[in-house]
Amino acid sequence: MNREVENKSDIFPLEGVKVLDLSTQYMGPNVTRVLAAFGAEVIRVESIHQHELTRVSAPYKDNLVGINRSFVFAASNTSKYGITLNLKHPSSAEVVKRLISWADIIVENFVPGSAKKYGLDYEQLRELKPGIIVLSLSAQGPTGPYSMHRGYGFNLLALCGFSHFTGWPDREAVAPIGAYTDFLCPSFSVGSILAAMDHRLRTGKGQHIDVSQLEISPQFLIPSILDYTANGRIQTRCGNRSEYAAPHGAFRCQGDDRWCVIAVYSDKEWQAFCRVVGSPEWTKDPKFNTLRGRKGNEDELDKLVEAWTVLLTPEQVMTRMQASEVASGVVQTIKDLVNDPQLKHRERFQILEHPELGTHICENLAFRLSECKVEWKRPAPCLGEHNELVYTKFLGMSEEEFIELLNDGVFE
Amino acid sequence: MCGKILSELGADVIKVESPGGDPARNIGPFYHNIPDPEKSLYWFAYNTNKRGITLNIESSRGREIFKQLVSRADFVIESFPPGYLSDLGLGYRQLSEINPKIILTSITPFGQTGPYKDYKGCDLVAMAMGGFMYVCGDADRPPVRISAEQAYPIAGAEAAAGSLIANHYRMLIGEGQWVDVSIQECIARWMFMELCFWDASGEIPVRAGPYRRRMGTYQRDIWPCKDGHLGFRILGGRLGAETLHALTEWMDSENMAESLKGMDFESLDMSKITPPELKELENALGQFFLRHTKEEIYRKAVEKNLLIGPGYTPEELVEYEQLKERNFWTELKYPELDTTIKQPEGFLRSSEIHCSIRRRAPLFGEHNDEIYGQELGVTKQELASLKTEGII
Repeated sequence: MNREVENKSDIFPLEGVKVLDLSTQYMGPNVTRVLAAFGAEVIRVESIHQHELTRVSAPYKDNLVGINRSFVFAASNTSKYGITLNLKHPSSAEVVKRLISWADIIVENFVPGSAKKYGLDYEQLRELKPGIIVLSLSAQGPTGPYSMHRGYGFNLLALCGFSHFTGWPDREAVAPIGAYTDFLCPSFSVGSILAAMDHRLRTGKGQHIDVSQLEISPQFLIPSILDYTANGRIQTRCGNRSEYAAPHGAFRCQGDDRWCVIAVYSDKEWQAFCRVVGSPEWTKDPKFNTLRGRKGNEDELDKLVEAWTVLLTPEQVMTRMQASEVASGVVQTIKDLVNDPQLKHRERFQILEHPELGTHICENLAFRLSECKVEWKRPAPCLGEHNELVYTKFLGMSEEEFIELLNDGVFE
Repeated sequence: MCGKILSELGADVIKVESPGGDPARNIGPFYHNIPDPEKSLYWFAYNTNKRGITLNIESSRGREIFKQLVSRADFVIESFPPGYLSDLGLGYRQLSEINPKIILTSITPFGQTGPYKDYKGCDLVAMAMGGFMYVCGDADRPPVRISAEQAYPIAGAEAAAGSLIANHYRMLIGEGQWVDVSIQECIARWMFMELCFWDASGEIPVRAGPYRRRMGTYQRDIWPCKDGHLGFRILGGRLGAETLHALTEWMDSENMAESLKGMDFESLDMSKITPPELKELENALGQFFLRHTKEEIYRKAVEKNLLIGPGYTPEELVEYEQLKERNFWTELKYPELDTTIKQPEGFLRSSEIHCSIRRRAPLFGEHNDEIYGQELGVTKQELASLKTEGII
């Protein structure tokens, strides 16, 4: 299937791809958000009887609770169509079948086993729509003794080993960002769906893909896991230290709670670092000449480094270090991120107009394709916003049928 | 990580190292703690399934060979500083002249464009500049990253997603393209809760140890227990009431539920809870957790379907019954070390694709003869002279 290319940068690579998003919260919606950004038509299915949790999560616009007022839902659902459907209503089964026949790809995160109840397990889906690609997302996979245990990012990040690795060795573990394991899965899942589409273009066959947070998470800890399986060593959290660099940490700077990071790996970088700090007497101490020496005297070294950084802003430290090719950066707050000249240049933050949130920030993706456009066509949908459009135009229901089902409460 | 993902989806991935060896070979931990480029567990971790060759692309003959490889490839994945490849005559424009279908995936600290594009990066810099560190760590100490490095594998997974979108476009249109991945942006994406608070009211969330900025206030995510810690949040309503009721019942059996008994957890709204109420709940639960081990608590959590996770170490993760039952671990053979090492299997299960680990990471130049000799048709004589000249 080739088509004439007039202006390549106007092409959405996933234009015409139809995605039914039955997932909830962060993981699934952040998979379909990427597909929508590249032009896929994504229908996000919700119900008014059981509110999507990110719709009822603070912060809300003007601090007023409202089903369309959460910034959290808006962040993961840009460019999608939103419909409501009561899967428990007896007449919904027929509507579900039509949605499935419409779709090329289905993304779901039902509790293992419950898809079958709604006629939505893979066997039933592929009978209705041969060639369908189904992505099932779960906490711990659909089989095994713990498959039914409920999982959210905040308990899974502990189970998967991330809190063990976060904090100081002399203190209790701390929390890495919110639902950390939720955040690790979307990129793998997007890749899986695109690989399945490749497979389908070659063979005509669809497939069922099973991605779980428990099995994605260890992919981000493999060196530490191998240190245990090969060497029997159990690594643990160590603040910001690294075996291969010193100084390597966050250092206080001028201002209120302002910090920079500096990482010096090689001796060449150490020499450059010494020149940047003005080659004071302590930098000439032979004990700091080698990485081994710097590691052996790291507490003392860190104090000396901080005595220099504390007189400067983190931006000054970064600029001076980077000018001499020493890795350094600002410990950026969210305000710093929004104002970061690099991210501005990359057009990271876009502005969308939402009927209830008003203008709000929409984040761009972490990669750019030279020939394919990303567009944030619409803000996240209000609850049931696209019911009429989807049911009558996309699925081809007559006005009469739509109104009958609506009055019956099927679209709740 | 990007190449690893493509390899698990079935791609034939060739890792190209400079004749001096890939820097990753010098990163530990090392097998049996012996620093040796053939024993880096870091190298073993991210180069499974790949074949390996050596090539000096800074030499003109090396560049010719590289171009030959590119003419037969679908993807080139690289992480050189921006401009390095184009200075060698191997940038995207030049590669696409050789092979218009090529997808060049470039992974760099800040992306290919912008005022910081030439800045040096590493995991620490990415976690700082991406916004992660400012909200992570104890309030009375410096901000922290996650001790096990995250930014590069996160960026590798994003790069695989971007590359496969480009691949789809290629299947439709027949042309390749350049995928530009910024490691900073990969981290920044996951600061979206912080962005929500900023966007809603100009609030700047800060680090608070085991607490995180959430609905209404800062609430505890990490709880010490008798032998470690737990991941748990106090939540009311549909998501959390069941857990709190079951915990109350358990606590009551040990006479520790005074302040919780009779509470209406169904209507407990964490966005409206007052600080004294929250403190009372936290104290009662915190005291109780300290009396039990993480396994005791997790067993109860599984039995009653409570939203609590044990703070596992790498050892506990490897020994975790669920992963064993799911056949998640593979014993990968390392004949040169006369051993096998237990490693994670492929990242997904599929009804069609066998997503798996098929072989250990390549030895230094292991497939030079196979790829140059058998596949590119370089003669034995020529191969020998390329070796002598330090090109391979």
